[in-house]
Formats: sequence, C-alpha cells, structure tokens
Amino acid sequence: MNEHSVLEMKNIHKSFPGVRALQGVDFHLCEGEIHALMGENGAGKSTLIKVLTGVYEKDEGEIYLKGHEKPVVIRAPHDAQNLGISTVYQEITLCPNLTVAENMYIGRGKSKLTNWKKMNEDADRILENLGIPARASQQLSDCSIAIQQMVAIARAVDMDCKVLILDEPTSSLDESEVEKLFGLMRDLKARGVGIIFVTHFLDQVYEVCDKITVLRDGRLVGEYVIEDLPRVKLVAKMLGKEMDDMADIKSEAKPYEGEDEYVIQAEGLQSDAGIKPFNFYIKKGEVNGFTGLLGSGRSECVRALFSADKVIAGTVKKNGKPVKIAKPLDAMKNGIAYLPEDRKNDGIVGDLSVRDNIILAAQVLRGFFRPFSKAEANKFAEEYIKLLEIKTASVDTPIKSLSGGNQQKVILARWLLTHPDYLILDEPTRGIDIGTKVEIQKLVLKLASEGMSVTFISSETDEMIRTCSRLIVMRDRKVVGELSAEELNQAKIMETIAGGDM
Amino acid sequence: MADKKKTMGSGVTAIFRKQIFIPIAALLLLAVFNLIMDPSFFEISFGYNSAGHPVLTGNLMTILDYGSEVAILAIGMTLVTAASGGQDISVGAVVAIAGSVILRVLVGLGGDGTLQAPIIVGFLAACGAAMLCGAFNGVLVAVFKIQPMVATLILYTAGRSIAAWINNNELPSVTDETFTYFGGFIPGIPVPTPFFIAVVCIVIALLVLKFTNLGLYTQAVGINAESSRLNGLNPTFIKWLTFVILGLCVAVVGLIKTSRLSTINYSVIAKDIEMDAILAVALGGNVLSGGKFNIMASILGAYVIQFLTTTLYKFQVSSDALPAYKAVVVIVLVVISAPAVKEKIAAWGKKVKAQKGDA
Repeated sequence: MNEHSVLEMKNIHKSFPGVRALQGVDFHLCEGEIHALMGENGAGKSTLIKVLTGVYEKDEGEIYLKGHEKPVVIRAPHDAQNLGISTVYQEITLCPNLTVAENMYIGRGKSKLTNWKKMNEDADRILENLGIPARASQQLSDCSIAIQQMVAIARAVDMDCKVLILDEPTSSLDESEVEKLFGLMRDLKARGVGIIFVTHFLDQVYEVCDKITVLRDGRLVGEYVIEDLPRVKLVAKMLGKEMDDMADIKSEAKPYEGEDEYVIQAEGLQSDAGIKPFNFYIKKGEVNGFTGLLGSGRSECVRALFSADKVIAGTVKKNGKPVKIAKPLDAMKNGIAYLPEDRKNDGIVGDLSVRDNIILAAQVLRGFFRPFSKAEANKFAEEYIKLLEIKTASVDTPIKSLSGGNQQKVILARWLLTHPDYLILDEPTRGIDIGTKVEIQKLVLKLASEGMSVTFISSETDEMIRTCSRLIVMRDRKVVGELSAEELNQAKIMETIAGGDM
Repeated sequence: MADKKKTMGSGVTAIFRKQIFIPIAALLLLAVFNLIMDPSFFEISFGYNSAGHPVLTGNLMTILDYGSEVAILAIGMTLVTAASGGQDISVGAVVAIAGSVILRVLVGLGGDGTLQAPIIVGFLAACGAAMLCGAFNGVLVAVFKIQPMVATLILYTAGRSIAAWINNNELPSVTDETFTYFGGFIPGIPVPTPFFIAVVCIVIALLVLKFTNLGLYTQAVGINAESSRLNGLNPTFIKWLTFVILGLCVAVVGLIKTSRLSTINYSVIAKDIEMDAILAVALGGNVLSGGKFNIMASILGAYVIQFLTTTLYKFQVSSDALPAYKAVVVIVLVVISAPAVKEKIAAWGKKVKAQKGDA
C-alpha cells in the first residue's frame, strides 16, 4: 500500500441476479484528496460505494485501509463506521422526528446513558463551526431539505472519519448552499480526510475535485488527474464514445409546422401550495419552461396545472374551451400528463413491475372495468422499453431495482403511453447521467415537432436554453418575467431571476 | 436439448421463488407428518348425520369445512392488507353482528323459531350491516388516516355488544331445517356446504380480479399512495372499498356460523377468527405492510391453518393449549418466509449449485 493512500480497493467483484454490477474494479484514494467517482447510471458507482460502506457484501476482492496491515472486513454499515468510513447519501437517511442533536449522535455513544446537555452543547458547537443555520434542539423535520443534508454531513464529519463519501449530496441544494458545502469539503481535505464525491454535475467536479475515477458498465475505465481530463474527454470516457451532440440539439430538431393554436390557457390559477395567481398559455408544438431558484414556485405552478395540489382559484381552457380540472384524473382526461419532480415518492410504484408501472396511467384512463390483457400490457411495455432503450432484465422486474435514469424513462413511458397533448416534465433529468439527459432532451424536441406541447423544468439553465423556446421566470412564488428568442441566454435569465429592477 | 435443461432448471428455482410455494410447502409438510405419525388421519368414512342425510366424515372433511370460513375472510383481509398496509381486527365481532342481524330478520324478537322472512332477505340484511361496519372502519382508516388496527379496535371492542343489542340480548333460534344447510350439508350432497360457498367466493374473487383493475389499483395504492394519486387514482376510495369488500366476506361467514348452530352465542361466535384470517394472509407470503399480494396463497394459507388445528386436535392437544402449539408452528413458517431468510436460502442454494458445477 502506498504511504499516502488512505483507502485501496482491489479487484472488487459484485453480482446481482442477472447483473454483474462490478467486475474487477480498483479504486484508490489518497489522504487529503477529493476524488470524483463518475459514470453513467448503472455504471456501478452506487454498488461500489455500497460495498465500501457495508450495505452490500462483495463477492471478491480486497479493501485496504491506512493503519491496517491486512485487508479489512466490512460486513455491515457499522463495520464501515468503526473503520472511519462515513457516508452521506443523496436521500436523507436521518430521522425527521428526532432533534438535530439526536440525529447527529444517534447510534454512536458507547455508554448506555446520554448526557443530553453535553450532547446539545457539542452539537451546537459543531453546527456553528460548519456554519450550518440550525439549532441542536430543533426537530429535524422543521429544517429545510438542504439543512437536513448538512446535518447529515455534520454527523459524518464529527465521527472522526478518514474516508468521507458524499453520494450526490448537492442534488437538492441551491447554489449558495453548494458553495458552503464545498467550503466544508476543502476544510476537511486540508485536515487530511479523503473524500469520495459522487455527482452528476460536471461543473462541480471541476470546481473541487483533484482526481477522477471513471466507471462504465461495472468496469474500471481509468483514474485521471483532473488537469489531464478536460470535460469533453471525461464525457467521452463515461459514455464510451465521443460526444457530438451536447452543443446544439435544438437546431437539429425540426420545429412544429402546424397551425398556431392554444392548447392550454390558464388565467389567475392558484393552488393551496402557496403560489400567487398566475397566467399561462402553451401553443401546439411548443416547448416552454419554468425557471427560478429552488423554492421559487416553479414546481407548484405545473402541479396546479395538473391539479396535483388543490386548485383554489382560476380558470383553465383546453383548446379554447373552458374545462374543469379538480383532480389529476380530470387533467389526464384532458390530455395532460405530468412527470413529477420527486421520482421516488411521487413517480414510481416501487414494488410493481416495469410493465405495471408503464401501463398504470393509461390503465386508469381506460377505466376500472376494462383492464388490459396481459398480452396487451406486455406489448405496450416492450414497445416502450425498446423505444426509450430502458435497461431492464424483463418486463416483470420490479421498477425499484432499476437505476435512476431507467426509472425515469419508465415514468416517461407511462405518460407517453397515454398519448397526451400536453406533457409536463418537472426535473426529468435530475440525478441521471449525461447520456440519458441528452436522450430525454432530444425526445422532448422530437415530440414537440410532432405537435405535442411540452413544459420542461430543470435546475440547469443551459439545459433549459437548449430545449425551450420560451421561459417563464419565477421568483418568490410568483411569475416575474417571460423570455423568448434572443433573450434566452444565461445572463438575461440570471438577471431576471435576480430581479430586473436592480 | 441444452435449452430445455436450462428452462427446467430455472423452472425449479421459479417455483421456489413463487409466493405460493410457502403455503404449499407447509401443507405438504403437515401432510407428510400425519402420514408418518398416523395414516388414519386421512381416512374418510361414509355415514349419516343426525338428520339422516348421507355425509362424508373425517379429518379432511373437517378441514374443508372449517378452513372455508377462514378462506372466505382471507380474501377480504388480503385486499385490506394490500391497500391499507394494516389489518382489520374487528372481523370476529362483525361476524357476530352479521349473524345477529340474520336471526333478527329471520326470527324476530320473541319469535317461535319459524321463518318470518326468506333466508336470502336475512342474508342480504347481514351483508348490508357488515358492509356498513366495513365502511365505518374504512372511513376511519382512509379518510381520517387512523392506523387500521387502532381504527378497527373500536368495533372489536363494541361489536359483540352491538350484536347482542340487535336482538335485545335474546338468543333467537331457527327451527327451519333449510337454514342448517349453509353450515352443514345439503341433503344428498355428502360434502360440507361451507366448502362450496368458499369455492363460489373464490371464483367470484378471481373473476373480479381478472375482469377489473382491483388488483392493480390496490397494490399501487398500498405501495405508493401519493404516486397513485398522481396517476389519477383515488387512494382514499380504494382503501375504503377494500374494507367494504371485507365486510361482504364477513357477512358470508356470519351466515355459515349462525347456520351451524341455528342460533348464536354473542361472546363466543367466531372468536379470534380475525387472527386466523390475518395469519392466513401472512402464511400466504403476503407482506403485512401492504403492497403486492397473491390471493390464492392467502386462501391456501387459510386451509393450512385449519389443517394444523385439526392435526393438533387429532394428537389430543387440549383446546386450551392449542394456541401455544399453533404459535410455535406459525413462528417457524413466518421465519422461513421472511425475506432475510429467503435471501440466505437462495445464496446457500447458489453455493451448492456452484460446488456441484466445479465437481
């Protein structure tokens, strides 16, 4: 083992029924280094992390840690913890009904008794050190998601870790919070902690990381120093091919050349989720988008259009005729489809098969007494699995065992199967790899050219610029501007989000 | 040839993975145990009952007879479990209510035992009453989001008093002989009627599951209610509906139970039957926290439980000690069907196979 190394994983193998998730992967982490682990969905990043943290047991291979002569044995998450390997997952894994301090110390004390006063004091000190705006005695569920995430990091940091794993920690944070997190990461790096950073945001990789390890299809592609691997090359390594189409997919797609007609018009629409009344329209074959900071109300707007939240005011017209949309089923009957932001809680039905997940919405529309036959359902499922290139062992596989990007494609398939006139996509590309992102963007433009109207929401502005022809800008839960044509550029969008009157 | 071998191999593992494997294995185990200990267990003799009709008797007939009650309840309990992720523990008490309503309608207060109304009317009234109870439970669970066990605790506690109150605490009894057919034998048919009633219920359940989306909807709601709502379903209504369906099943059992005695004992009738019904669901390998279900496995589970009970009686276990023995067997079965254990067994099986491959 190298003297600067803090962790070495050698020749790791791991298989699941029907999938060889890891095949002979090596991974090497030095002291005081931030090391990005990159790869597409299903490349094996999560599996490698889970082997390291004891969630899965490896089939083959060795793990060496600094200070241990022999390979270490990690059979369960607490083994990893005791060895100084801490993890912060993408989804918050804390207990929302406990206080911040309890969450930071739960399952850690060796003694049977807890000194509550000391615990709270210690917790407060750490929170202050890290600049996290939370109090130790506060209940965790009262904090925003971003702060909960930071509490999770505070917990990991305080456990004297040698290896800190951050698995997509930034996907629910806004920019200033990401900055704070990066500050924290650099701090820890200076203290000699080795950090493994898993993310889909390329910018962030180039901002904080020292090295990159790339995985593809469960195999190691290589380890690179960040300076030696420009973005284009990184993407090429991840995809296994040269990236040709990141630049301008909009010019490739034909715009819709039908008549100019309004598909949806909403006036004074307001829901109980706390948005100000807003007006909205979309034409046939148009792609528009809502943009704004996290919490600006962009998701709430589209949820109101689909009646996912209770609508309390306003009128909606479909093709010029007033319609009453009081619940999601009404919206579906009017040809509106909505892919929700929170895939895990609002999108997938985890234990059901890929097939049942695909046919669900179409089946509900068809009616309780008219189930699809098994053959029909299989035909639909196979058709869309092929069309969207969904990677799944079979149509009977439970959707929860698919990777995130493939789950998202299944949900997309579900709504495409209902043949909607108006498709709402709320963060369809969050947490999925670049290859799939581009596929989804291209698909959106293709659907629009065939006459479908699409609303596209994304946290990544460049993605919105690439796909949308009109952007509705939101701030503080109300619509503050609308941009189209030559106004569609980063600078103008930022300016509008920040407030034009400044 | 190689292909065929492969499909055969995967066929065997598929059976092991299938949910229905657990109750089938349990059934076989019990059968083999009895075969070894005392093959006379399986004897069926032909005789005449007290009414002079030809009947088949024997342990197997007892199992078919009493297992059918639990099987009918298991249908409804499976749906409730799937959609709400909880169980209805008021089933036994509501059986008492349904039975009481039947007697009230058929005999009336202070009646002499002759039928005042056709049996079908009594049964329909019982269906109404039991479905009302189910609807009450369903509203508590689906609308007020009370945990199913807590919500149904209300009727569990109050149900038997309500049943007694319906008949003003009298114990009406029916003298009409046709009324005994439902829990006994139809003249000329030597197999106990409850079995036929169960078959009818099962067939109806399977047809409903085949020709409607009840199965897909309850599973979707049980797994992820919010995402079901965003797919146009109404989770509240679907949860409520499963409790009403269970109510219907309860009414059927109410008819069988009162028919057996031609009268009712409010405090004893169908006592603890909810526990057997819940056990049947668990034995069928269904997850008690909701989601995916297999109704045939639950039904088979119901007969396995009765098989077990009958076996224990056969070995002279006193009825007081019965639950303890039952518990032991249940622990074993439930542990075997636990996902963690299943995984271990699967891993072990793979290892053995790999070793064979090496050799």
